Amino acid sequence: MDNVELLSRIQFAFTIAFHYIYPPLSIGLGVCLVVMEGLYLKTKNKLYEELTRFWVRIFALIFGIGVATGIVMEFEFGTNWATYSRYVGDIFGSALAAEGIFAFALESAFLGILLFGWNKVSPRVHFMATVLVALGSIFSALWIVVANSWQQTPSGYRIEGQGMKARAIVTDFWAMVFNPSSVERYSHVLIGALLAGSFLVLSVSAWYILKKQHVGHAQAAFKIALWVAAVSALGQLVTGHKSAEVVTKYQPAKLAAMEGHFEKSAPADMYLMGWVNAKEQKTMGLKIPGGLSFLVHQDFNQPIPGLNSIKPENRPTAVNFVFQTYHLMVAIGMTLIALTLFSLYLLYRKKLFETRWLMSVFVFAVLLPQIANQVGWYTAEVGRQPWVVYGLLRTSNALSQAVKAEHVLASLILFTFIYVMLFALFLYLLNKKIQHGPDVDTEQEETSSRMNPVLS
Amino acid sequence: MDTILGIDLPTWWFLLIGALISGYGILDGFDLGAGAVHLFFRKEESRRIALNAIGPVWDGNEVWLVIGAGALFAAFPLVYGTILSVLYLPFILFLVAIIFRAISIEFRGKEDMKWWRKLWDVSFCASSIVISLLLGLILGNLIQGLPLNANHEFVGRLRDFFNPYALLVAVTVLALFMMHGSMYLIMKTEDRIFTRLTIIANNTSKFFILCFVATSMATLIYVPHMTAIFKQHPALFGIAIAAVLIVLNIRRSIEKRQYQRGFISSSITTALLLILFAMGLYPNLVLSNVDPRGHISIYEAASSDASLRTMLLFAVIGMPLVATYTVFMFWTFRGKVKIEDHSY
Repeated sequence: MDNVELLSRIQFAFTIAFHYIYPPLSIGLGVCLVVMEGLYLKTKNKLYEELTRFWVRIFALIFGIGVATGIVMEFEFGTNWATYSRYVGDIFGSALAAEGIFAFALESAFLGILLFGWNKVSPRVHFMATVLVALGSIFSALWIVVANSWQQTPSGYRIEGQGMKARAIVTDFWAMVFNPSSVERYSHVLIGALLAGSFLVLSVSAWYILKKQHVGHAQAAFKIALWVAAVSALGQLVTGHKSAEVVTKYQPAKLAAMEGHFEKSAPADMYLMGWVNAKEQKTMGLKIPGGLSFLVHQDFNQPIPGLNSIKPENRPTAVNFVFQTYHLMVAIGMTLIALTLFSLYLLYRKKLFETRWLMSVFVFAVLLPQIANQVGWYTAEVGRQPWVVYGLLRTSNALSQAVKAEHVLASLILFTFIYVMLFALFLYLLNKKIQHGPDVDTEQEETSSRMNPVLS
Repeated sequence: MDTILGIDLPTWWFLLIGALISGYGILDGFDLGAGAVHLFFRKEESRRIALNAIGPVWDGNEVWLVIGAGALFAAFPLVYGTILSVLYLPFILFLVAIIFRAISIEFRGKEDMKWWRKLWDVSFCASSIVISLLLGLILGNLIQGLPLNANHEFVGRLRDFFNPYALLVAVTVLALFMMHGSMYLIMKTEDRIFTRLTIIANNTSKFFILCFVATSMATLIYVPHMTAIFKQHPALFGIAIAAVLIVLNIRRSIEKRQYQRGFISSSITTALLLILFAMGLYPNLVLSNVDPRGHISIYEAASSDASLRTMLLFAVIGMPLVATYTVFMFWTFRGKVKIEDHSY
């Protein structure tokens, strides 16, 4: 791996990992906002309006950083991966353009009304804007995941040209959009986003309940988010399983890496946790013998192709990394199911908000979906290596020819510096908004003239 | 080759991307310009009004950049990769400035400390200026052509991009946006800041005309290939004359205090200058200044006909939608800016 490749990969991984903190949050939070504002329109209860306004402010902060870091991603395909851009422009480019025209435009235009339109449009139109922003972010994820899924399981294309001039051409647009992994991966990503957003609401609300501040608002928000989270957590079990089936069928090398399975063809175990020694081709840990075979074929003895059945140059190199990130994601998924179902049970028993230790768990649980989303993404992307487009284009052949290592290094340092600063500021401002809490309307007549010290 | 209404698909996309970039120049142009003149306002109150004049719309304006870049990626991937990778550092700096600008707008009002607000005011103004200059610098280099050999490989050096002509275009774009932005702000403000802005608009428009004349002369002398089209089709010279008349009309509108007309004129100016640039390029998208075989034509760079056709359908459905959102957004926030509790 030469320096330009290494640095470009680090830069892409870093900028996308950082970006990927925010869109899932805004998708999940957007759905919670729709519920909150919908409840306000339905019940006319002021509490829901105050709740909506409070979470809109946090939404704005998250959305803003998501957009700014997202524009970087779009341009990086051209700056650092020019050969890749040329190779997949016909396909990946059209999905990206569709995202801009059908999703991003919708979110951005109505975001202005969501944030600043309170006194400019009627409550119904405002609610419509909230719904459209949420829909926009959901569509946005759709096109991005479609584009990425095509890289994982290409279909509906043919290759034209040779060597560096080769490129993929769309032959069947809908086969490209609904390639074998699109639906499974999109539903998996979308639910991951719902978990990220709802757990942010849960965390902040739990913190208020513990501190005995804004308790009415916090309990209302907690209940809304808990339902979103519980349904999502269970749904993730289904989409996770479906995604694994797709990987089994179309990306055997990735599946083998996910479970540290080396033998050419033998029944494969399912690990609950473990460690892979790729050099000695050994995987140690707590396992269900034949478990993977059973999940895939409903038979403990059916063989599964291992890494050794794949040509060495086509195998993912970071096997232990893929194994660990995959298992961490699964473990977190299981934890989230247990946590939300148990909480629903306590809610039913009317003991939820009195269970202080559980509230403390929720305060920190905000990190779990975030970590799961990140490591899930690493599993998908690192597990695909050495291919950038699976089976068609190697990552090492996708680079920009015009770019020098020192330029990538300079830009990497620049992005690192800015993103670290941005993240610190984000946490600081998020914390500040949380400390401030929702504005409660005690003196109705002052509403319009009141100047909010935090926002002014 | 497939044609629609007698025009081939790559040409349709050339026109469409031109329209998107013009839309971006006009829309983000005024909010970048508003940012570039931001530090001319001294009072906190004025700065807040100026910021809130673009507050609800700047994000929607930036959409045109995202769609324009996406369309270029999809329709002419070879050009997308070539321009962005050859002009790597200018584009990276552009992205960095975009991030800084977004967070300056977002963060400025979040704290009450004077230094905090001053910090983000400076960051907002500086990033707006830097973005405008970089857009101009990139444009200036594209006008002159990039150092590409016959295989479209980059054979130049980084410092070549910072040549006098490109810097002149950079300053011209900045001047255009400052004038454009100050006229937008005039329409959105009243009282003290309004008066201040009339002076700013007056000065920036004079500054722009100076730059406009200088850039036109420099282009005629140093970049003759941009004007070659007029020799082949003298009728097109009318567009250049129209540009001059519109630019003069900006001055006239400002003197007559018809700022709305002035704003419309500077919007048209932005579009006309890009049309002149596009006419100089067509049918190429990227020119090489070392080897004519290095030019990248729309036909060489175009995606497949099937892809161009599908996306054209998307554009036909999507662009009216985007235009509708844009109009709805501006209509909702029409009139003079009022500071409210959810303002920046």
